[in-house]
Amino acid sequence: MSGQPIYVPKSGLAKWFETRLPLFGFLHHSFVAIPNPRNLNYWWTFGGILAFMLGFQIATGVVLAMHYTPDSKLAFLSVEHIMRDVNYGWLLRYAHANGASMFFAVVYIHMLRGLYYGSYKAPREVLWILGVIIYLLMMATGFLGYTLPWGQMSFWGATVITSLFGAIPLVGSTITTWLWGGYAVDNATLNRFYALHYLLPFMILGVVFLHIWALHVVGSNNPLGVEKKTEKDTLPFHPYFTAKDGFALVVFLIVFAWFVFYIPSYLGDADNYIQANPLQTPAEIVPEWYYLPYYAILRSIPSKILGVTALFSAILLFAFLPWLDRSPVRSASFRPLYRIFFWLFVATVVGLGYIGANRPEGAYVIAGRILTICYFSFFLIVLPLLPLIEKTKPLPASIADAVLGRPARPSLNPGHSSASEVR
Amino acid sequence: MPHVPSPDPLLASDPLPGTPHEAEPRRRDFLFLATGAFGVVGTIAALVPLFAQLTPDASTIAAGGPIDIDLKGIQPGQMIIARWRSRPIFIIRRTPSLLKTLQSPELVALLSDPFSRVNQQPDYAANWHRSIKPDYGVLVGICTHLGCIPEFFPNPSATTPTGDWLGGYFCPCHGSKYDLAGRVFRGVPAPYNLPVPPYRFVSDTMLRIGENPEGSTYDLDDIVQL
Ligand code: HEM
Ligand code: FES
Repeated sequence: MSGQPIYVPKSGLAKWFETRLPLFGFLHHSFVAIPNPRNLNYWWTFGGILAFMLGFQIATGVVLAMHYTPDSKLAFLSVEHIMRDVNYGWLLRYAHANGASMFFAVVYIHMLRGLYYGSYKAPREVLWILGVIIYLLMMATGFLGYTLPWGQMSFWGATVITSLFGAIPLVGSTITTWLWGGYAVDNATLNRFYALHYLLPFMILGVVFLHIWALHVVGSNNPLGVEKKTEKDTLPFHPYFTAKDGFALVVFLIVFAWFVFYIPSYLGDADNYIQANPLQTPAEIVPEWYYLPYYAILRSIPSKILGVTALFSAILLFAFLPWLDRSPVRSASFRPLYRIFFWLFVATVVGLGYIGANRPEGAYVIAGRILTICYFSFFLIVLPLLPLIEKTKPLPASIADAVLGRPARPSLNPGHSSASEVR
Repeated sequence: MPHVPSPDPLLASDPLPGTPHEAEPRRRDFLFLATGAFGVVGTIAALVPLFAQLTPDASTIAAGGPIDIDLKGIQPGQMIIARWRSRPIFIIRRTPSLLKTLQSPELVALLSDPFSRVNQQPDYAANWHRSIKPDYGVLVGICTHLGCIPEFFPNPSATTPTGDWLGGYFCPCHGSKYDLAGRVFRGVPAPYNLPVPPYRFVSDTMLRIGENPEGSTYDLDDIVQL
């Protein structure tokens, strides 16, 4: 059962196939034999959960599409039809809607893991940037999907977000008209948003493929942030990490199921059960929770063009992390000051999210402005300058040294010794 | 491919790979460039319809013709919302006391562009009341911040919708404030006054939205920002 070094086709048919397309050899190499650092903790299981969620959203989405009607007069009714008439329609829709939230929760944990353990540092820059691209595509997909039920929040969320592009000098209104396909958000907009909502997940799938390819070239980082050197530092993917990932997935699914079956509307907005009305803005427009920190940044700045610029830079800064963080030490475990700033950053983002959900009045405005400054300071001041004053702790000589104690005890190192080559 | 100029490019023939003439690939170079150029032009030509189909289609534009509004039903101090080109159009009948507020120095001091200097209206509405007739205000009801519909709070109030309210429009989305002529306040996220659409009076009680008075060529596309 445990990881064989190389795939050896056994049956005649398998041999025949493998000489024509070495698919199973490739899969075996990528998901069975590949040596991972032996000290990966549970924060490393979220990537697998993300892969699962992408498949899950595509599966539930495709079946929803069989009952959904992308027409501004019928869309809202067709979603009600899914909820009331279609067999298990309520389950599929709640699973898809909450699935989007879970997807984002998991991607945020996955990204913070990278931030804490310095997983974006050389040689993982391309891997990291592919991740940022996936994140951007996910945000676009979630936004487009949220317009489809054509409720009040769908409509006004779409209006506010597309109007962001109106802030671009000179060509702003040309771009918004082009995005809408009309004078305002309307049927033409809904139709193209539906087409794109269907398309983007498959583009995500493509980038995920590149992301995993890049991962298998440079290998996983690990909680120590020290590269694996010898085979003693590693364990084969199967069964060690398939088991760990599988267990984490099951725990995650319990949480997911709890949302779907017990509080399916908790993360949604009641206003979205009112059909879109282009002549009435809801009392308060709040985006889905996963956009709230950025929304708070947008609202904290009392200038349209600067607010929109801040919003987009807040997201794009993630792509520049490999060059903003100048410390040669990856893991926060060995960076006592960075660890403090990391948690301050997490608190800043949570605080911004909280402010984004509230009306921009009084103390919320002030707090929003302060936290916006904190957010940008983390990227532009703390990350580049901290290494100048920080005294990092000594790094262990190798993963095996740190994990197994020195010298490495062979009994803990399972015996498929010739199993895996270490890059 | 090493590039050695041939004495006479037009005479250079395409040699077989491995033959001594291979160092003179003029004909292949030419074919390569010509094919590449054709490919680039062709790709751009193919992208034009792919992008153009996203712009408003003929039926949407046709449905954007002028509309007539009967003013008889609007009482003094009242506002109605018409829909023109999928956009809400505010038509407000202003009372003398509301008009007086519009001119009060106390209000004007709070405005970002009180004299309508920024091109957000036709020439015939670039005045203190931002309309043709002072009693009737006609505005595109779309917040110049991010497109919500501002709410109508005509009366002064100490508390609603915000403190020391002088009467006007309040945008619920991010708190932008406008007066009853659509002039934006300072220190709010919206950058410009509410736009004025092209309109004219067909008769004393009939308003036509989407058509200018004679002599004007104003178009909503000309303004700084919708
Ligand atoms: C990256 C993966 C995806 C994400 C993050 C995502 C997200 C969303 C969100 C947030 C909604 C609104 C849910 C609601 O409030 O009702 C939605 C609706 C919808 N999505 Fe997706 N989606 C994804 C993939 C797909 C795919 C692949 C399809 C297939 C064609 C699809 C089809 C639909 C349909 C038909 C609706 C409208 C029905 C409804 O509102 O439940 N989605 N999506
Ligand atoms: S849309 Fe009106 S204040 Fe933002």
